[in-house]
Amino acid sequence: MVTPVAGTAPQPAAGFAVDFRGVSHRYDLDGRPLPVLQQIDLTVQPGEFLALLGPSGCGKSTLLRLAAGLEKPVAGEAQADGAAISGPDPSRVLVFQDPTLFPWRSVRDNVAVGPQARGILAASQKRIDDALRLVKLDAFASAFPHQLSGGMAQRAALARALVNDPRLLLLDEPLGRLDSLTRLTMQEELLSLWRQARYTVILVTHDVEEALLLSQRIVVLTERPARVKAEVVVDLPYPRRRDDPRIVARRQEILETLGFSS
Amino acid sequence: MSVAVEQRDDSAALAPVLGGAVWRHGLIAAAAWIVAALVTVALPDVVPWGSRDLFAGSLLAGAAVLAVLAFLIGRVGRLSSWLVRYGPWFIALGVWFALWELITAKFGWLPKPFFSPPHGLLHVYVVDWQRLLICIAYTARLWSIGFAGGIVLGFVGGVALGWSKSFAYWGMPILKLIGPVPASAWIPATFFLFPTTFQASIFLVALASGIPVAILTASGINTVNRAYYDVARTLGADNRFLVLRVAIPAALPNVFVGLFMGLYYSFAVLVVAEMLGAKYGLGWYLQFQTAYSAYANVYAALVVMALICSGLVKLLFLVRDRLLGWQKGVVQW
Repeated sequence: MVTPVAGTAPQPAAGFAVDFRGVSHRYDLDGRPLPVLQQIDLTVQPGEFLALLGPSGCGKSTLLRLAAGLEKPVAGEAQADGAAISGPDPSRVLVFQDPTLFPWRSVRDNVAVGPQARGILAASQKRIDDALRLVKLDAFASAFPHQLSGGMAQRAALARALVNDPRLLLLDEPLGRLDSLTRLTMQEELLSLWRQARYTVILVTHDVEEALLLSQRIVVLTERPARVKAEVVVDLPYPRRRDDPRIVARRQEILETLGFSS
Repeated sequence: MSVAVEQRDDSAALAPVLGGAVWRHGLIAAAAWIVAALVTVALPDVVPWGSRDLFAGSLLAGAAVLAVLAFLIGRVGRLSSWLVRYGPWFIALGVWFALWELITAKFGWLPKPFFSPPHGLLHVYVVDWQRLLICIAYTARLWSIGFAGGIVLGFVGGVALGWSKSFAYWGMPILKLIGPVPASAWIPATFFLFPTTFQASIFLVALASGIPVAILTASGINTVNRAYYDVARTLGADNRFLVLRVAIPAALPNVFVGLFMGLYYSFAVLVVAEMLGAKYGLGWYLQFQTAYSAYANVYAALVVMALICSGLVKLLFLVRDRLLGWQKGVVQW
């Protein structure tokens, strides 16, 4: 149902292996340190789809910002393929909860930001069109962001990330603001995009069910400062059904870990 | 009551007027302009103002054009909606010309040296057009050099202040101290500091237009959503890209607020500067003609200034709509 981008990507780059080695991080809040991450040790396999679950405000997004290279941890190290992550790079792309499209650029020009910033705009025209087609926005290429629905805007943000052939896709609750129907469609699309390209995905979400439907492994974090609390391997074939008894059982298990015993 | 209803029917009937019939307001306007022309020629002037017949002739020509348009309204394309929209204005203009003639030239109700009839203004353009053109050219030169220099420096300075912390540390306090001082307060000092009054005037116009641009550009760049920078950085943007392709476009709506403020301030200080020490220019013209009690010339120059200034404002609006078409509500589908 989604046209593959394979024709333009000669060899889909293998996903990054991501390692968090004893990572701690804190922010300054009115001059006082606010610890957000404490001694996180976590390994993500190349091409793995990992979900991060945890109470809101626990530091999940911070972990993504460290993996994206937007911040450096106070202690420990984040690594991609064994090399320390020292700054942002288009091979590790972050998609935010807000689509954060540049409102002064058309949809197509938004998707073109990555190639343009790297000075390969002229050579990337076809890739940009393919990325737009991949997220089914080719008819809206010349529209401006304020003319898009929430789901379309998030798909445009996804195309803007995917056009760079990322080896690590960091998704910070990318579907959090969408209505439930759009959300279901987008979940399927995320899954099929990943299954074609096989980049590594780290998905931060609040939605246990979403994590179970999409990911191969779920890491549950504690309250702030976040530590790894539990890991749940979801070794079920795709596509998954939300009423599958194995999904229901794991959902129960995770909710109990998070402190809901219903 | 029934009259009011009828009038409402009339305005609702404007649409069929476009369909091939006549533009009623155009006919009424033509009649009003003819009346104004008759008033102008039929009644004697209390004192001669000159160009009376030329004015009446122009009114008649205008009336003829209006009458022709009234019958061709269905065939003038996009012009027709503009004409229909401003139909009542054409009528009002005719009425206003007639009244204006009556209270100034014909009955002399208004004190004489200070008020001029419309044909008195026209006479100024007929007699003094060369000097007016020279003044317009001088004013245009002063304004365009001063405004262009001011907004370029203000914009560049504003970007630097908004982007660089060290620039902001040293620059912001100075800008905040100097910014609120009206540019005209600098006049005594600048006429000492600059070798020529022309350069002093350019400095004043540049100052008046540059400071609001600098302040609003800086604050616009300061308030850019940080997430835009995060997105751009993860996509491989360097600092140059962040400034030129993220910060500046994001701050552009603010920059335009500054440009509009700067435009108005620049007009204000321009005229004052010209009144004080220029050899030519519209401000000088106003000053010079007032000294000779040539108030018709003063009004004629004011009309020219009104047209030029509002034209420049209109031009800036067009530029803004073009550059900021991406903003909500501005985009035309």
